[in-house]
Amino acid sequence: MIKSLKTWILVGFASLLLVACGQGGSGAGSKKSKTLENTVKAGFVKCGVSEGVPGFSNADESGNWSGIDVDVCRAVAAAVLKDADKVKYTPLSAKERFTALNSGEIDILSRNTTWTLSRDADIGLTFVGVNFYDGQGFMVRKSSGINSVNDFKDGIVACTNIGTTTELNMRDHFNSKNVKYEPLGFESADEVVQAYDAGRCDTYTTDKSGLAAQRTKMKDPSEHKVLPETISKEPLGPVVRQGDNVWEDIVRWSLNAMIEAEEYGVTSSNASDLKDSENPAVKRLVGAEGELGAAFGLDNEWSLRIIEQVGNYGESYKKHLGDTGIMPNRGPNQLWTKGGILYVPPAR
Amino acid sequence: MNFKFIRFQNKKIKNLIPQFITIAILLSIIIYFVTNAQINMDNRGIAFGFGFLQQEASFDITFSLIDYDGSYSYARAFLVGLLNTILVSVIGIFFATILGVIVGVSRLSDNYLIAKVAEWYVEIFRNIPLILQIFFWYFAALRALPLPNEAINFYDISFLTVKGFYVPKFIWTNFNIFLITIILAITAIYFFYNYSKKQREQFGKQLPTTSISLLIFLTFPLMSFLLFGVTLSFEYPVLKQLSPTIFTFEGGLNIIPELIALALSLSMYTATFIAENVRAGILGVNKGQKEAAASIGLNKNQILKLVVMPQALRIIIPPTTNQYLNLTKNSSLAAAIAYPDIVLVFAGTALMQTGRAIEIISITMLTYLTLSVSISIFMNWYNKKMAIKEK
Repeated sequence: MIKSLKTWILVGFASLLLVACGQGGSGAGSKKSKTLENTVKAGFVKCGVSEGVPGFSNADESGNWSGIDVDVCRAVAAAVLKDADKVKYTPLSAKERFTALNSGEIDILSRNTTWTLSRDADIGLTFVGVNFYDGQGFMVRKSSGINSVNDFKDGIVACTNIGTTTELNMRDHFNSKNVKYEPLGFESADEVVQAYDAGRCDTYTTDKSGLAAQRTKMKDPSEHKVLPETISKEPLGPVVRQGDNVWEDIVRWSLNAMIEAEEYGVTSSNASDLKDSENPAVKRLVGAEGELGAAFGLDNEWSLRIIEQVGNYGESYKKHLGDTGIMPNRGPNQLWTKGGILYVPPAR
Repeated sequence: MNFKFIRFQNKKIKNLIPQFITIAILLSIIIYFVTNAQINMDNRGIAFGFGFLQQEASFDITFSLIDYDGSYSYARAFLVGLLNTILVSVIGIFFATILGVIVGVSRLSDNYLIAKVAEWYVEIFRNIPLILQIFFWYFAALRALPLPNEAINFYDISFLTVKGFYVPKFIWTNFNIFLITIILAITAIYFFYNYSKKQREQFGKQLPTTSISLLIFLTFPLMSFLLFGVTLSFEYPVLKQLSPTIFTFEGGLNIIPELIALALSLSMYTATFIAENVRAGILGVNKGQKEAAASIGLNKNQILKLVVMPQALRIIIPPTTNQYLNLTKNSSLAAAIAYPDIVLVFAGTALMQTGRAIEIISITMLTYLTLSVSISIFMNWYNKKMAIKEK
């Protein structure tokens, strides 16, 4: 009797499970923005950042994140949730970042990630823009007597992070110069810094912004220098999952609004006063004209909130990279009107 | 409740039904996960497939046992990682076994100091998490080594530096002939061993097996040098200056610090468990066995070799198999210190460059499974061989 009872409980359980399976099968990605719905429901933006690159995304002692990559997420939170602080940050290694985005653990990846064809097309991701134009460089000790990449000789040990475009550029570079080098790849940037600092490697190669930021972590930053050559193009920008076009647009235009605000001189302090500006472009930015927010299901003051709470691109850059001395020279990351290459489509 | 209203004609069928249901549940769970992954991947425009293995890897690897550079395929990079995993596992198992046996026997020593040192060793090293030991050897011990220009010098032939341990490289000519003589020597020893066993069992004659085996093992390869033109020379590492303050060694063989740290910590950690197995094995042999052996006139060595060890091994082998498996799997911690094993190279770099998480993680898991099962099969075979055979 007992045995047959057991059997039937098992049968019941099995059928229950099968029903549950039948319901669970539908995946993500419909025509409406599921990501936007979920973000509003959760009350915070799920943002993937680095494990600590000063100036880009770095946490202070009390766990507050700051940096220009962080500001992209803050801008989206300001636009969508009306509060730039409603962001949940997930620090990710280079290895984890795409999987975290693909699996839905995060909704925006804003983690100095290089825009390449294979990443954009092959692995289900979409790059929405560029918030920092970078290039790969090399750091060496000042005492080493190496002044240019042409001074590298056979046997040089070069350290970098694994799983990055850096690893591939490094090979291309040394091959083109016909230098036999020893590569050494670590998972986290901190490990690379330690290995380089201990003398395990002779040179440390990554994006120049990263070199400038990591140099501040060395035992004695003044002992090291970045070589003048740039060996690659590294346009860094925020990434979203492929398939949610509305969410993609929100992130893209949150970034664009920051850059356009700088172009028109709209700052966090004067934005609300510019509501009755003469310039229609400025009026659109501060939400006094047009119905731009409606296009992706937001109200009309989305961009005003971004500028007021996060600031324009120039303010963000100055705060995190300029005043901190990490990259005081904006180089290509200057507006097109001022000799740089920052040029965004008009918000209209 | 009464379920007796359902009658089963055949008791066999009645017994089979729950098993069928269990299998059905298992299958539906697997199918659910697979289709769910499939749907999600389709939605995000990710194609599933192993075609990427043929693509050019285009990244370099620090250390490889076979020819490799970025122009080879991802499949080749996988092989490099796999061989590096096997290398560190084999080195680890080798030293863990030797160290484990020494420590295990020492713990039973009558000498108070030796026994206590062995005991402390076991207690300290088995109670600290392995990852911390790896970090200790890599970051604390090996990072403190000098730069190449101030290397710790071993008679001008080996140099220990922060960039690695540079040792002479063997340059062989006619290496194949040498290898053949080694194989011949082993075969000869095998036959001689069987012959001497027969002599002992049939006629009670004791042959000096060990010394003759050693003699065979030395003379055969020696003959290959003298008669068949095998030569061996050494290439020594030489200091080379790359810039005013950057030095390296050229020539020779560089044992990278990542490999040293990993092999060292794996073998020292696993040796503690093996030591305890050995101790348990020896203590597990009944005292009466030794006394009986002594009373029929065997000497101390013979007692250990012929009576105690064969019985102890039966106790030692199964748990030691587990330790070998653990060591192999623990070698995946290599990724923490940049040793290019399969996890770092394949489930790390290759995964990130291709973005094919599901394919690559499945391959990696399958590889570890295969490695572990192979070790298991070998050890089970050895265990069977060592088991008591009823005659």
